[in-house]
Amino acid sequence: MTEKKGWFARLKDGLKRTSQSISDGIVGIFTKKPLDQETLDELEELLIAADLGVGPAGRVVDTLKKTRFGKEVSPEEVREALAEEIAGLLAPVAVPLAIEPAHRPHVILVVGVNGSGKTTTIGKLAKSWADQGKTVVIAACDTFRAAAIDQLKVWGARAGVEVMSRESGADSAGLAFDALKSARERNADVLLIDTAGRLQNKKDLMAELDKIRRVIAKQDPTSPHSTLLVLDATTGQNALRQVEVFRDVARVSGLIMTKLDGTARGGILVALADKFALPVHAIGVGEQAEDLQSFDPKAFARALVGTS
Amino acid sequence: MFESLTGRLGEVFDRLRKRGALSEADVNEAMREVRVALLEADVALPVVKSFVDSVRARAVGAQVLKSVTPGQQVVKIVNDRLTEILGGEDGAEGQEIDLNAVPPVPILMVGLQGSGKTTTTAKIALRLKDRDKRKVLMASLDVRRPAAQEQLRVLGEQIGVATLPIIEGQLPVDIAKRAMQAGRLQGADVVMLDTAGRLHIDEAMMSEARAVRDATGPHETLLVVDALTGQDAVNVARQFKEQIGVTGIVMTRMDGDGRGGAALSMRYITGAPIKLIGVGEKMDALETFHPGRIASRILGMGDIVSLVEKAAETLEKDEAEKLAAKMKKGEFDLDDLATQLRQMKKLGGMQGVLSMLPGVGKIQKQMAEGGVDEKIINRQEAIIGSMTRAERRNPKVIHASRKRRIAAGSGTKVEDVNRLLKQHMQMADMMKKMSRMGEKGFMRSGLANMLGGGGGRPPFGR
Repeated sequence: MTEKKGWFARLKDGLKRTSQSISDGIVGIFTKKPLDQETLDELEELLIAADLGVGPAGRVVDTLKKTRFGKEVSPEEVREALAEEIAGLLAPVAVPLAIEPAHRPHVILVVGVNGSGKTTTIGKLAKSWADQGKTVVIAACDTFRAAAIDQLKVWGARAGVEVMSRESGADSAGLAFDALKSARERNADVLLIDTAGRLQNKKDLMAELDKIRRVIAKQDPTSPHSTLLVLDATTGQNALRQVEVFRDVARVSGLIMTKLDGTARGGILVALADKFALPVHAIGVGEQAEDLQSFDPKAFARALVGTS
Repeated sequence: MFESLTGRLGEVFDRLRKRGALSEADVNEAMREVRVALLEADVALPVVKSFVDSVRARAVGAQVLKSVTPGQQVVKIVNDRLTEILGGEDGAEGQEIDLNAVPPVPILMVGLQGSGKTTTTAKIALRLKDRDKRKVLMASLDVRRPAAQEQLRVLGEQIGVATLPIIEGQLPVDIAKRAMQAGRLQGADVVMLDTAGRLHIDEAMMSEARAVRDATGPHETLLVVDALTGQDAVNVARQFKEQIGVTGIVMTRMDGDGRGGAALSMRYITGAPIKLIGVGEKMDALETFHPGRIASRILGMGDIVSLVEKAAETLEKDEAEKLAAKMKKGEFDLDDLATQLRQMKKLGGMQGVLSMLPGVGKIQKQMAEGGVDEKIINRQEAIIGSMTRAERRNPKVIHASRKRRIAAGSGTKVEDVNRLLKQHMQMADMMKKMSRMGEKGFMRSGLANMLGGGGGRPPFGR
């Protein structure tokens, strides 16, 4: 094993490609000259290419225009200003996921579209809490995808965590109910409920999530205490729709963004913060357990625009 | 969520009432809207730019046809160009997987994590087995994601396609070689190699994929791409193309409500045809790619073809046949109207139907503003429900006192009852005219009626 890097370094590594192309672009545009409309337009495009979306990119650039238009600016100044602006937008949503010790257990329902990284994220969360000495139980309620249960069991073994499962095709709500019962009996700290991936426009599948909520609420009316939506950083503007529908149907309480270790920009988080203001609990920057990092808006924004 | 391009352009051209050729200024303004529409649909920025340039060249000086608005004309030009690019130079629809090689034909599946490779591998295997009567062997080279090999094995069992027995600890290249060997021995026509999801910037993983490619010489290398992908599509496409080589693209999750702009980015950057699209979780939910439909979807112009197909699926066949039989005799009573209302609800209500039609962004807005809502359908059903059977069969008997009773019974007003009756009469007239057109004509015209087209005033308008 190489030496363990700090979380900031890891995050920066993860976002390096992203920031590289943005900062290359910025350096390309600016060589200390008056900030003009053409430059602002190009800047807006750079943000759009980072998946911020047309609207939010325009607003960020407008703010820049108000304060800096016509002034002599250097690439560094523009980056600083951009990072500040974006960090400001993200600051209110950077809320860590807190396990409430009063809940025995704290029930966490994990939802998202197919392939967003729910199962891997659950594995990482379980590992990190288990390492902190918490008793964690995982309910493998993705009874649809072939071998999803086996995948979780491997993570469970890595974390030393019990994984409750049933045969493939079983009723997921029933399993969630039993898992909660067992977790209560064991006085566990956390129950993580994995669910099958589903596209938000599939009404029947979305209704299933509501059923899981209702069924576990029979045992503990306050549960689930957290409902996490796992978002893939490579997702474009459809993430807005995902958050909207999952929030309405599954009452999502917070977001986790995965796969930020690629060239995907994750700029959609800015658009999401702007529109929904849901907490962003963590970001995934790799496949290993320690690659799930808490979300730091300043570091994220600075890394995004390439400020060291 | 997004305003359709037609709506956007409509606003631009509302100001320009003049006819004739499109001027450069008109086109430039329109192209700004096109740009935003494409970006909102997740087409990658460099692709958008190059696309807009190519369209601009065509649009300037183009004659605006008499019967259309300048906005519609521009949309047409944009749509045509989009379809052209998505379909390739020859505009050939539905290129299939090429199996024209010495068996066993190796097919390599590559893509990012979570793009849907394993599911797609199984779907393609099933398609080759059932449709093309090929003997397929599947092998998972994914030694990274826990239980990935197991996932493919289970899927193979479900669809009745052989999978390569799993040997713990074997490396991807060795698994691939073993798969080809087994394919030869078993007399397989096709060997599908499902690789681990990898980041396009992960040097080690990309060179592993190259090693697998070199060891097996795949006849097709299919890049599996999530249709919900955003701007990053361009980087993914470029890297996979340059480092591994791509002969075809499979877009997954096309059944989602994403606009699918990634399809254009992928086609543009790789130059490889989009061969198949994944449209659901079931193993047979894999379809041939239709450039025209996706073009309309990217532009947010609705999708008439999909609407018609959905309608065909949803309308119960018996009911449709019954109705068709009655119509042949020129009959259309209130029971039939009730049936149509029910079917319309199944299509997702008025909003659902409207969202599939081009150029209705404005109407939807007006409906929302005017307080016209889905409840109208419910109210009309209630009105019909408050009639006696005799009244439904023969609406002519409904006079003032009956109308009052029906209104009271359905919680509506006499005017509402009148409106419904008038609407029914218009529809019945139209149905009579259509009775000559036969069943196919009925399907189309029946739809048009529900949607308020077909000449008359919108049945649900005010």
